[in-house]
Parts: sequence; C-alpha cells; structure tokens
Amino acid sequence: MMLKKSILLVLPLLVLAACSSSNRKEEAPPAEVAPPPAAVATPDNADAVASAGTVGELTARSVTLPADLADRRIIYSAFDSDSISADDQALIAAHARFMAGKSGVRIRLEGHTDQRGTREYNVGLGERRAQAVRRALGLQGVAESRLSTVSFGEEQPAVAGEDEAAYTRNRRVELVYTAE
Amino acid sequence: MIERFARAVRYGLATVLLLVMSSMARAQLQVDITSGVSAPVPIVISPFTDDAQPSAQVVGQDLSRSGRFVLQDRTRADYIVTGRAVPAGDGRVTLEFELVNLLTGQRLLAESVTAAPTAWRNAAHRIADRIYQRILGVRSAFATRVAYVAVDGVAPALRYRLIVADADGESPRTILESRLPIMSPAWSPDGESIAYVSFETRSAAIYVQTVRTAERRRVSARAGVNGAPAWSPDGKRLALTLSSAAGNLDVHVLELESSALTRVTEHPAIDTEPVWSSDGSAVYFTSDRAGGPQIYRAVPAAGAAVQRVSFSGSYNARPRVSPDGRQLAHVTREGNAYRIAILDLQSGAVRVLSQGTQDESPGFSPDGGTLIYAGRERGQGVLATVSTDGLIVQRLQATSGNVREPAWGPFRP
Repeated sequence: MMLKKSILLVLPLLVLAACSSSNRKEEAPPAEVAPPPAAVATPDNADAVASAGTVGELTARSVTLPADLADRRIIYSAFDSDSISADDQALIAAHARFMAGKSGVRIRLEGHTDQRGTREYNVGLGERRAQAVRRALGLQGVAESRLSTVSFGEEQPAVAGEDEAAYTRNRRVELVYTAE
Repeated sequence: MIERFARAVRYGLATVLLLVMSSMARAQLQVDITSGVSAPVPIVISPFTDDAQPSAQVVGQDLSRSGRFVLQDRTRADYIVTGRAVPAGDGRVTLEFELVNLLTGQRLLAESVTAAPTAWRNAAHRIADRIYQRILGVRSAFATRVAYVAVDGVAPALRYRLIVADADGESPRTILESRLPIMSPAWSPDGESIAYVSFETRSAAIYVQTVRTAERRRVSARAGVNGAPAWSPDGKRLALTLSSAAGNLDVHVLELESSALTRVTEHPAIDTEPVWSSDGSAVYFTSDRAGGPQIYRAVPAAGAAVQRVSFSGSYNARPRVSPDGRQLAHVTREGNAYRIAILDLQSGAVRVLSQGTQDESPGFSPDGGTLIYAGRERGQGVLATVSTDGLIVQRLQATSGNVREPAWGPFRP
C-alpha cells in the first residue's frame, strides 16, 4: 500500500560546546614519534573529557629570497590540470637560477587542490601538480636531492570561499624554501 | 518501486537509472515521501523512576530520530517502555526496563543495563537498541560512536581536531588537535583504535591511536604520500596509499605487526582510497586509469587482473563496503554536483541518495541501515545521515565550526 507522508527531521545533534575538565590529561606520543609537537593526542575516557592543549608551530630556518622572488612563490593550475603556463615556466627558471647560486638551500613543493572532489583523490591531484613543478625545476638544472614534494590535497586552502575565484587561488603549488 | 527499477535495469542502462533515481531521491529529500514503507511505530517512553538522569528521554530521542518510531501518548501508542534506576552497590547504577505491547498486553522485554553514573547515556542507547531490535527485528546502532574532523579558523590559519562522539553527536571528545591537516579517520574493527593521516610534520604520515589512552604509533611515514588507511576485517593489516619518487600513487597493504609491505596496484594512474571487501579477500579503490576516477577491485598478492566496478557517470570515487559486502557507498558526480550513491555489486544498479552539491565521505552504520556523510551548507561542512532506502534524512548540526570526514565506529561488545 502506498502511503504519502511528510517527514522533516532536522536535528541539532552535534553539540560542540567547549568542554572543560579539572583533571586534564595529555599524553605525549610514544617514544617512536620524534617530530616536534605540532599535534597533541588526548586520551578519551570517562575521567578526561578534555580538549587538548596548545599546539606548537613548526619553524624552519628562514631563507632570505631576493625581492623579485619572495612574493612569487606560487604556481597556479587550471581545473583538473597540472600543466604549467609560459609565464610560470619563466618564474620557475628564475627560482632555478637563484638555487644555482645558493648552496645549502632546498625547496619543498606543496601541492594543493580546490575543494571539489573526494579528499584522498585530491591528495593525488595535488601530488601530480607538485611533481610537475619539481620536474620543471629539474629541467632547469636544480638537483633532485634539493627538491621534495608534499600534497595537502584540498586540506589547506589559501582562501575560504566556494566560487571560481576562490577555487582558482586554491589550486596551486607553493615553493617553500628551507635551509639545509 | 526502487527494486522494480533495479531489477529492470542492467549495466547498459545504468545511466538512465541514475537519472531516474536521482530525481526520486531529490523528491524524498524535500519533505514529501512517497513509498511503500509502513507508518512509524507509535511508542510511549515513561520517565524512569528514581533516575537522576534523563535516561528515558535519550531512549525516546534515539527511537524517534531513527524515523521508524514516533513518540505518542499512552492512548495512541502500540508499545510502552517503563523503567527505574537502582543503585548497583558498587557505585554503579542499574537501569531496569520493560517493554510491553499495549495492544496484546504481552511483556516483550524485562531487562537491565548496569553502568557507571558517567556512562548513563551509553546505557540509555543500549536500551534503545534492545527495544528497536525487539520490535522491528533488525539491529540498530544507537550505542556506537562516530569520529570526524572539525576545522576552526579562517583559511589559511586553520586548526584541525579529530573528534570522537556518541552516534547521536553527544559527548564530543577531541582526541587529536593540530595546526596542520588531519585526514581520513578509520576505526579498527574492534573499535579500540583509529588510524588517520596527520600532516603535523609538514609531511604526510599515518598513525594508529588507541582511543582510550591516546597512545599512538606512527605506522607509515615514507617520502611523499601516506594516505587513505583502511583496516582489514581481521584488524591486522592496513590498506593504504603510497607514492613513488616520481609521485605515482599506488595502493599497498601494510602488516601492522611485522611492518611488511605488499604492493596491490602498479599503474601510472592515481590509485587510492582503498577499502576491503567484507571477507577481506579483495580491495576496492579509486583509480583514474581510464581518464576520470572510477572504482576498481583488486585481489592483493594474487597477481589477478584489476576489475572495473563502476560504470555509470564520469566520476565515481571513495568506495565504502556495506556490512553484508553486497553494496558500495561512494561519491558520484551528477553535472557539477558531488553526491552520495549506492552501487549494488551484483546487479550494477546505482541509487543516488543525497541531493547536495558537495557531498562526500559516505560510510555505513555498523547495522548497514544508514549512511553517514559530509556535505556543505553556506560554506560550512556539515554531517548528515540517510537511511539506505533513501527515506529518512537527517542533518547533524554542528553548533560551531566546520565538520567533515565522518567515520561510524563498529558495534561495541
């Protein structure tokens, strides 16, 4: 029998109110985990309904870039593409020239996508973008050992927003200089 | 009606099916529902006597939010639940409850649940599970947990938290907090641990964290991508995604005890988002080897050919297997919208169950009756559930922040 019904269920379920606890517990990661404390793990049991404490910031020794490169460390990409424009090829060549004259400096290439599509697949697309810039720098003579890649997928947008303008700024590869 | 369509359609007509089903799903998600399901069961939950907590209220909320029950007064109800709280002597509290069929006078349940005073909500969820199963004959998952990622702040200065909450969203606990992204939480089959991806070192690594103690182990931190961890049904292995030096992503299997690594796919395309078949014999994953992303199946270490599983539409990704192993929930693209769909593995029929524009990260409840997924509204990430028959849709409203990547935990012993 066919029934016609009206159901509207909109439920305020996730109450993310700040929790506080007098016996706050924070356990350090086990000894195997060596990196600086950028993240804090918190036990979940009945006695410790606690939010975690302050999170440290990772800092790399800074590298002083010439003014014409300092503000031009981002290569933007078209939708679903890892190709590099002629202008960006010239920019990559300028970074390669700087690298050639500066020992003890490395570049980490951070690939990013816009927020559309599934998250781990986007990690793959961001990695493709970072690798395209890595290859371009390699073709300009930068040694493989001085370049590394990391893809953040859509997890670290440069700007908030859900329009084409925001997406265009979020599909990018950032060149992050680090001292060796 | 849905079944009639599914039976009538084979692979070649799957695209047509997708269009038909999506228009049906859209109608369902707006207020009107036309279907053959019976009316919700009218039930009355009397306040539990001597109870210091609103336990009966939580039982009633669980049942009514399921969409299968409606709370009524005694004159219109078919069933009544009564109960009382009794000190158990060791500091714990026993909730005794009875379920009676008001039409026949038959007593259907007379049971008790004992819990620490701090665990009264869990006790109430367990009572709701007993009532649901006794009346409807199928299991519910009120006494389970969900994990999800919450993000606060304004890009690019974001703060990421991994949160564990009861299945009704209450009692959220932050189990990890970071200034760098946290991704892809996955519950171990025993519900003790969560595997996830953290970028806390400015590179990707996979961790396994024991929920109760926060003790954690970094299980994969190779150069490049370490992503998409998925537990094998026996809890001994993780399927995961690693990248080569040239940046090519492939699915691998990691033995957790020995750290032995086995490659599952070897293809220049992006191969990622693995999930195990329910018997642990195969892995489903996303690959763009045919151009756009589609879902494939591979048998680890057997040298068997990879089979394509999804055929309708230009974008099908991030599969999750139903508890009975027969269906894949996944993300499908319709025009410019990303939506949640279920693929029947035997017939190939596809049903679209959500109507958002950026819906993603679907996962089955452990009873298989509900999907939880993430969507976006006004620039904020929100969570929602939809019953796998498409009839009951709920928004899980967060009072603050962006929420995403829900993962529904297993049944608890």
